[in-house]
Amino acid sequence: MEALKKELKERIINVLNLEDITVDDIQDTDALFGDGLGLDSIDALELIVLLDKEYGIKLADPKQGKEIFQSIETMAQYIAQNRTKL
Amino acid sequence: MYSVSKYIHIENGSIFENGKQIVDSNTTDFSEFIKQVYRNFEHIYPKFYKMDDLCKLAYIASELVLKDETEKDIALLFSNNEGSLDTDYKHQQSIQNNDAYFPSPAVFVYTLPNIAIGEVSIRHQLKSESAFFIASEYQTDYMHQYTEHLLRTNKAKKVLCGWVHCLNGAYKACFYLVETNGILEHNNQNIKQITK
Repeated sequence: MEALKKELKERIINVLNLEDITVDDIQDTDALFGDGLGLDSIDALELIVLLDKEYGIKLADPKQGKEIFQSIETMAQYIAQNRTKL
Repeated sequence: MYSVSKYIHIENGSIFENGKQIVDSNTTDFSEFIKQVYRNFEHIYPKFYKMDDLCKLAYIASELVLKDETEKDIALLFSNNEGSLDTDYKHQQSIQNNDAYFPSPAVFVYTLPNIAIGEVSIRHQLKSESAFFIASEYQTDYMHQYTEHLLRTNKAKKVLCGWVHCLNGAYKACFYLVETNGILEHNNQNIKQITK
């Protein structure tokens, strides 16, 4: 799980162009939206694409994202349970 | 009679402000160059990194012209000869292969050139007249007349005009601000000199 969290942080930094942020800056329980990383609605769509592209997870209902994308912790747990790509 | 109060030229790793060179970078890579310039600004604007190259270039050129500006009634008239083709290509590549069909929302939102106007408007909180023209070359006479019409009819207090070209790693931006007082007369000859 720790390796998945680190990989997830690296991918999020890369895909969302978070140039001034490093893996060490993101805590596992930090909020990804709002006061945390300050991601926006386009970033949320990018995270949905990331789940599909890298882990083979298709979110049928984008509203699911609200709970899944709360933090790195919640994302990693969801990916570990639902991934179809290793 | 109107004047050009400030003008900027960005090309090949160099930036000129009112004809005087203020940046001379030896990097040939646009991405590296534009980030170097951004990092020298005092103003922190994380959304810069999310912009496509056309918007980054328009953002930097506008920033250099408007950095000490307090007027908010500034019309924006931008132009180039390829629209958002640089980003259109990137989007097209992401949907080229049915087996790897992953269009990026963050790329897709930049597949319109007037998004560059939107980015500059958001940054400087402008709610003004604006237009993005696609033409084979800068339409000096048309832009001159349109700018003066906006000023004469009180549609704007100032007008930021610019050519912003970004395609396949090549880039060029020539921006100038037109208002009542300035350093150059706003005429076709000076506009041609600024945008050449």
